[in-house]
Amino acid sequence: MMSLSIVKGQPLSPAAKILLPLAAIVAALVIGALPIVLAGGNLIKAYSSLVYGSLGTRFNFLETCVKASPLILTGLAVAFAFRARFWNIGAEGQLFAGAIAATAVGVYGTWIPSFLVVPACIVAGFIAGGFWAVIPAILKTKLKVDDVVTTLLMNYVMIHIMGAMLYGPMQAVGSSWPRSEPIMDAAHYPALLPHSRLHLGFLLAIAMVLIIWFINSRTVFGYRSKCVGVNINAAHFSGINTGMTIMGTALISGGLAGLAGVGEVCAIHYHLLMDISPGYGYTGIVIAMLGNLHPLGVALSAFFFSCLSVGSQTMSRMAGIPVYIEGVIEGISLGVMLIALLFTEYRIRWTKT
Amino acid sequence: MVDITKRFVDVVANDKVSFSLQPNEICALLGENGAGKTTLMNILFGYYLADSGEIRIDGKVVRLGSPKDAIARGISMIHQHFTLVPSQSVLENVMIGVEGGFFLNKKAAKKRLLGIEEQFGLNLDPDAMVHTLTIGQQQKLEILKALYREAKILIMDEPTAVLAPIETKELFSTLRMLVERGRSVVFISHKLHEVMEISDRILILRGGKNVAERKKTETNVKELASLMVGREMLESLECKDSIAGSTVLQVKNLRVLNSKGLRAVDGLNLELREREIVGIAGVSGNGQTELSAALFGIRRSEGGSIRIGEREMPTGSPVAIIHAGMARIPEDRLTTGVCMDLSVMENLMLIEHCNRPYSKLGLINGRAIRAHALDLVRDFHIKTDGVDAPVKTLSGGNVQKVILARELAGKPKIIIACQPTRGLDVGAMEFVHQTILSQKERGAGVLLISDDLDEVLLLSDRVIALYEGRIMGEMCAGAFNRERIGLWMSGVAS
Repeated sequence: MMSLSIVKGQPLSPAAKILLPLAAIVAALVIGALPIVLAGGNLIKAYSSLVYGSLGTRFNFLETCVKASPLILTGLAVAFAFRARFWNIGAEGQLFAGAIAATAVGVYGTWIPSFLVVPACIVAGFIAGGFWAVIPAILKTKLKVDDVVTTLLMNYVMIHIMGAMLYGPMQAVGSSWPRSEPIMDAAHYPALLPHSRLHLGFLLAIAMVLIIWFINSRTVFGYRSKCVGVNINAAHFSGINTGMTIMGTALISGGLAGLAGVGEVCAIHYHLLMDISPGYGYTGIVIAMLGNLHPLGVALSAFFFSCLSVGSQTMSRMAGIPVYIEGVIEGISLGVMLIALLFTEYRIRWTKT
Repeated sequence: MVDITKRFVDVVANDKVSFSLQPNEICALLGENGAGKTTLMNILFGYYLADSGEIRIDGKVVRLGSPKDAIARGISMIHQHFTLVPSQSVLENVMIGVEGGFFLNKKAAKKRLLGIEEQFGLNLDPDAMVHTLTIGQQQKLEILKALYREAKILIMDEPTAVLAPIETKELFSTLRMLVERGRSVVFISHKLHEVMEISDRILILRGGKNVAERKKTETNVKELASLMVGREMLESLECKDSIAGSTVLQVKNLRVLNSKGLRAVDGLNLELREREIVGIAGVSGNGQTELSAALFGIRRSEGGSIRIGEREMPTGSPVAIIHAGMARIPEDRLTTGVCMDLSVMENLMLIEHCNRPYSKLGLINGRAIRAHALDLVRDFHIKTDGVDAPVKTLSGGNVQKVILARELAGKPKIIIACQPTRGLDVGAMEFVHQTILSQKERGAGVLLISDDLDEVLLLSDRVIALYEGRIMGEMCAGAFNRERIGLWMSGVAS
């Protein structure tokens, strides 16, 4: 008889680490075929329309890039925090904080010289998001309050702050809906290409990927953040100020999520409204895990999620299957990735008994 | 046990090892760390299943699939770390797992326990709470638990590691009593003197294989040592006479609380000079951990002062201590000393990454760091698949070398070495000892805190005995008196 056991094995090579998320995505699409077939869809038609819908035309491809921008930023936010074991699952709230700040600048900052309005929105959104993440970081380092709980619950606090603003001081004059005045034209992110919605936010997201990659691999701060993440005792022992490192990490993490909120206000909606994010902050967690917390991995998995999200509309129409298949494939890919991560340290062995 | 083989991934822990045990005997299993002693006994206790080979008890082949099977056949194992419930009484601990039926019958159990205590001369109040017992008494309780389960074979895994010399003596008389009453004992150890004192027969393992078997009457410590290590071992390392210089570290009236808020270091005074090794001897748990943590700067002191050279050190600040030029070798190598998930290079940079030339304006200079790491790997003979290999792929000895390399690279004036050879094999141990001695020759003052009295006596110029956070006595090299230090360590002033 054969029996199965899980044993610790050699760590994976760097190449295998890169292949891992790709394997997870392929496996997710294979497993995802089952619900598509069960829903009565034609598999080839479904997947080809998924690819066509997300990448097939210039417009579709650029729409996928537009959709990927906030996902890259929230994914980076979560990945950067998780790397230091600051369990920031509050990217959603930090995104809202950034959106509120950008709206405040975009609506009321009429005294700012027009060429400085967009930079002001970006800085304000980054600081607001960062501030919202630093609060749980202070609670964690000073009072040892669990960061999973605080970052999560701070999301709801921020939702209510946003509600209070949109039903109160920031509500558009004469509107009965919870929405702000539109931001001024000078606050709009410039478009990058004619006849598309592709905007500065996409470039900003790509720049952030490179900046975070640089911070992680080349700076003292990135090194310390990693040390704190893998072994906080050893980091403290070595003279690293662990509290400041965690707070700095939280500031950057929250700031990135805040930038996602700025982009939604300044490039998509042009005013603040309650449903400004369809859960980008939470999707960011999944994206960060699928990307193995590496900035490039995050960018790729955010792009994959964006493809699913944009392409599933087309898939639904052309193959006649529910649009919710998107969520199913997202879930499966995370599950597969988590299992795949197990194999970065463990192997399954069959033994004869 | 015949031809037992057991593999873990790609390590062969036991390679066709055979082992036998007669009634009424104490058989010692002797070997270095990693020789396969504990694995072999874990197989006998049903903890692991052997890949091949067979186990016979009273001539019959048996399959021991779990500790439950082993206990049913009269085999009990007492681990280094006890498996007791501190908040329950002695009697309740004995009864766990063998309550018998739905209703507790404490009265009958107590009667039986007292009977066993009388028979074997083990006095322990059945109603005492376990957390009030000393380590020695807790060990007695473990033995009682085994006897209550009608054990015929007792496996003891390094039972003296946690005991003071007096408690060890008591344990040995208990073991002799057990053997007289028809039980058999397997005694796992790497301490030669103890093995010679207690066992009738000695089985030596090395690298997972049977090396030799000796009757006690036919061998001596020297032969056992060379069998165990596979080569002649230095009886005592050469110690060059040198004269200690000026004071580098001065500790005055230091008081430190432990993590439970109790005073663990209680008014300690200490002076360390250049070119000397001061050893701190003591049974573990007498304030060594807290003393080292305070000196390392990772624990705040409650009072007193620490001076390095002429400067008063703020407590609870690792940075200040590092800047003052102290090398620190922590006892928790894996949790404090290194980041297991980081590479050898990243670990070697843990302290110095913020200094030039390793970083400038917050940017890391990868080239300088790599060159420095390669130098250290070569100088300290660190066996690794390159500087980018994660530290968790290294053996214990090489992990310790990474720490030594990192801490000693800056030619520190003071070295605090806490349990520097705990869990290391003999080869790595010798390397650590030689390193400490050469640092002293270079001019450093070394404070050696160790549970291993042999190690302290071997290396130190002065020995201080610590008991409950206080200094019980001090002795200089040349005047070492083992018995007397042993008494100090057990809290007896003499």
